[in-house]
Amino acid sequence: MTAKDRKVIINKDWCKGCGICVAFCPKNVLALDHHDKIEVANRDACILCGQCELRCPDFAIWLGGEADE
Amino acid sequence: MSSTLISNYFREANLPHIWCPGCSNGIVTRALVKAIDELGLDKNKVTVVSGIGCSSRAPGYLDFNTLHTTHGRALAFATGLKLANPDLEVIVITGDGDVSAIGGNHLIHAARRNINITTIVFNNNIYGMTGGQYSPTTPTHALGTTAPHGNIDKPFDITQLAAAAGATYAARTTSYHVNQLIKYIKKGIENKGFSLIEAASICPTYYGRKNKSGSAVKMMEFLRDNYIDIKAYDKLPDDKKIGKETMGEFKEITLPEYTDEYLRLIENLKGAEK
Ligand SMILES: Cc1ncc(C[n+]2csc(CCOP(=O)(O)OP(=O)(O)O)c2C)c(N)n1
Ligand code: SF4
Ligand code: SF4
Ligand code: SF4
Repeated sequence: MTAKDRKVIINKDWCKGCGICVAFCPKNVLALDHHDKIEVANRDACILCGQCELRCPDFAIWLGGEADE
Repeated sequence: MSSTLISNYFREANLPHIWCPGCSNGIVTRALVKAIDELGLDKNKVTVVSGIGCSSRAPGYLDFNTLHTTHGRALAFATGLKLANPDLEVIVITGDGDVSAIGGNHLIHAARRNINITTIVFNNNIYGMTGGQYSPTTPTHALGTTAPHGNIDKPFDITQLAAAAGATYAARTTSYHVNQLIKYIKKGIENKGFSLIEAASICPTYYGRKNKSGSAVKMMEFLRDNYIDIKAYDKLPDDKKIGKETMGEFKEITLPEYTDEYLRLIENLKGAEK
């Protein structure tokens, strides 16, 4: 898997809507939907820094390839 | 569905975990697993021991050898485990109550012996599991279920306590500064002796609500904005130190390790019999 094949992947079932990833994403990529579950609102702006994955308490967001979806 | 890291090292059937929304226990647990992964440790050699508390539930989610013991006694169990099986990589997960109230004596003596155990303290400044009673790290004047008018005690600095008691590696960072946390955990595991890594943590449900600290995001911002490296802190004028907390590596030295000394003693006594 090369770096450019990687992308942000989410598992809404595990998201508890704390908003931590949304608040600390440096590029405002993420948002909470109307059920307070994580969504990727602006994928093009993502710089694959991985800060969302580091700080998600619920392992509900990560950088991965297609095999991890 | 989860990342490779989670599927490799967690008991996925037990996920999602029971911790509250925004509780930093998941952040610190993942950081530990990331450190183990980066070090390339053999899963069958890693043994994670915990006491009782919200944080101490972490081993139940981890796919290593795990031992969930009694309140405050994780280090006592871990000491026995390590002496009997010196080739195991023994890691203790504990809360501030677990390690510095009921388990405080086990902490100072494990540190004094410099036994090769790595202790990760999830310090959320409160007893989370039992409903928000103050702990030995609750700040003076903060509120808890058992301190409805404000805590009059002075808090322990667990990292400096461990360092003073004899730990050969002692470091503190926060659950906001996750890359630093991973780095410190790796250094702690690699240190041949007693290591303690304190992760300043958040309990939005009890500490946060009692103290009107705001959302989990606000509590994470507090960690980001108020913890400063000990070297930078030392250079600040006194008035700028008010309200600031310290992080960084407080101790990093080499001393004889306890299991080595114990095995050497056994060998010497065998020699004496002949
Ligand atoms: C011998 C004993 N005394 C008291 C308790 C009740 N008890 C369970 S967890 C806990 C404190 C938990 O606080 P901490 O260790 O800080 O962990 P947290 O839940 O905040 O992660 C206490 C007092 C117990 N289980 N066993
Ligand atoms: S990888 Fe970085 S930029 Fe992309 S969503 Fe996560 S935090 Fe935002
Ligand atoms: S940090 Fe995790 S649990 Fe919190 S909102 Fe983001 S994805 Fe959901
Ligand atoms: S009570 Fe506090 S420490 Fe326990 S799971 Fe909830 S937020 Fe975490």
